[in-house]
Amino acid sequence: MPEKKILTKNCGKIDPGDVSTYEAEGGFKALEKTLRISPEEVIAEVKASGLRGRGGAGFPCGAKWELARKSKGDEKVLICNADEGEVGTFKDRYLLQHDPFSLMEGMAIAGYAIGAGKGYIYLRSEYHYLLEGLQKAIDQSKEKGYLKDLEIEIREGAGAYICGEESALMNSIEGKRGESRFRPPFPPESGLFEKPTIINNVETLVNVPHIIQNGSEWYGAMGTDESKGTKLFCVSGDVARPGVYEMELGCDLKELVMDLAGAKEIKMIQVGGSTGGIIPSDMLSTPLAYETILGSGAVMVFDQTRDVVDFTYRTMEFLNEESCGKCTPCREGTEVMVGVLGRLVNGEGVDGDMEVLEELSDTMKLSALCGLGQTAPVPVLDTLKYFRKDYENRISQSVFLRSLKTVNG
Amino acid sequence: MERDQLLGMIKEEQAKNGSVSDGAMAHIAQTLHLPIGNVYGVTTFYSFLSTRPLGRHVIHICKSVPCFLQNGAMMAAAIEKELGISPGETTSDGRFSFELTNCIGACDQAPAMLVDDEVYGDLTPEKIGEILKSFE
Ligand SMILES: Cc1cc2nc3c(=O)[nH]c(=O)nc-3n(C[C@H](O)[C@H](O)[C@H](O)COP(=O)(O)O)c2cc1C
Ligand code: FES
Repeated sequence: MPEKKILTKNCGKIDPGDVSTYEAEGGFKALEKTLRISPEEVIAEVKASGLRGRGGAGFPCGAKWELARKSKGDEKVLICNADEGEVGTFKDRYLLQHDPFSLMEGMAIAGYAIGAGKGYIYLRSEYHYLLEGLQKAIDQSKEKGYLKDLEIEIREGAGAYICGEESALMNSIEGKRGESRFRPPFPPESGLFEKPTIINNVETLVNVPHIIQNGSEWYGAMGTDESKGTKLFCVSGDVARPGVYEMELGCDLKELVMDLAGAKEIKMIQVGGSTGGIIPSDMLSTPLAYETILGSGAVMVFDQTRDVVDFTYRTMEFLNEESCGKCTPCREGTEVMVGVLGRLVNGEGVDGDMEVLEELSDTMKLSALCGLGQTAPVPVLDTLKYFRKDYENRISQSVFLRSLKTVNG
Repeated sequence: MERDQLLGMIKEEQAKNGSVSDGAMAHIAQTLHLPIGNVYGVTTFYSFLSTRPLGRHVIHICKSVPCFLQNGAMMAAAIEKELGISPGETTSDGRFSFELTNCIGACDQAPAMLVDDEVYGDLTPEKIGEILKSFE
């Protein structure tokens, strides 16, 4: 399967600073079509398409919109999640840089469907350099009359991975610490300022105009049973050609990393970001889809020279730093894991370290408040599963090093 | 003014004065009728906000896995050598502060860094030297 450019078809073709170049490519036609049908029909179309969230969790988009549409409350809110803090992920940046108008059109359609008059784009501060272009896209779309019913405001973060998590994101906009919230209530019922709220990833929203324009049947013909459409993959690490690749869902991981990105002598691949699953080299023919492995679309490649335990340690250090600290299983769990993995990396491991990691993983998966703590153990458990020998070696090396110390007195 | 202006006001203060002082926090708290603890709590939550004075330019070197795989640690060492400071420190002439940060979404140009709001990718120690020269 070669690349299939739908979401990225305008990238490099239009001038991201000039709305008329987007119009010349058929831009805003889907919005015009939207305004001729009822919000319920728009939702039905998105539901029928099978579109699922591209921010990592994969929740069905149309079903979520329907909840917000039906929710009581006169003021509804639409939030575009442009926080993109997931390690190895840069697809939203790519879309915002090259085609911000597709997002405007997607947001206008989403706003109409759920009945929102106010929209926010939550942009990570690391992407401050995109702010001006994005504001310009809002202004130009507004001038042309495409944002008559939706007032879009950009809000910037200030450096916190957790603020990509939807409940922490809303706290951040409200001027609170960016900590996760207990749920229920869920955002479509009570979200930002306790108003019914829809939060969607940039890429999810950019899918919407294509679905409306070409129909759910056309869209549903791409992908697998549970994963429709195309997906942007961000390939990084040990590859000759890192970058964003748009592929039909269900595509072959091996083809993406080897044929397209030019990886060689692969040891393993992490798919989905820091809390994503691990694919060892003998499983490279795994299809990329929600039913197998996907997450944010980050694809990090490690070649044979890389050390698995070093990788897990570094990843856990990230999650520990970025844990918001509100719930104990995540705050303390990631801390203890950094301790144990650090011990292994420094040649100070002890028998039983692997069991401690496994036991703690179970607790965190079950009891953490949000996705960060619940999925933080994934890379640990996956590497323990596929590369247990590497951990065992670290422990036996540690024992050996200590025995030398004893001899030397 | 409403509380949801808080983060924006703190950011503005930092952009203007390079950091968020106790006095500034007190002033913001008064303006928004919030306990000063709330302002402090938000300011210290975010890694791009600082209560201690920073240099005129802030370097954020990415230390996350994709950059690490492309010799990110060597780039951090190059900056330490070039400026004579460690992560978390500011040069004595106040020109640069140097911080390590997590993924800045430029992994396709790894190793990468931000200097103030600008991204610099595909770094080498030589390139870093050249880039830093262009800052006053
Ligand atoms: C720790 C954590 C970080 C997240 N970061 C992001 C992010 O940067 N961008 C994003 O769109 N979703 C992120 N999410 C997922 C959001 O919580 C939410 O599911 C998503 O924005 C919903 O949009 P979608 O249904 O269109 O994917 C994160 C989730 C967790 C648990
Ligand atoms: S890992 Fe450095 S920019 Fe993503």
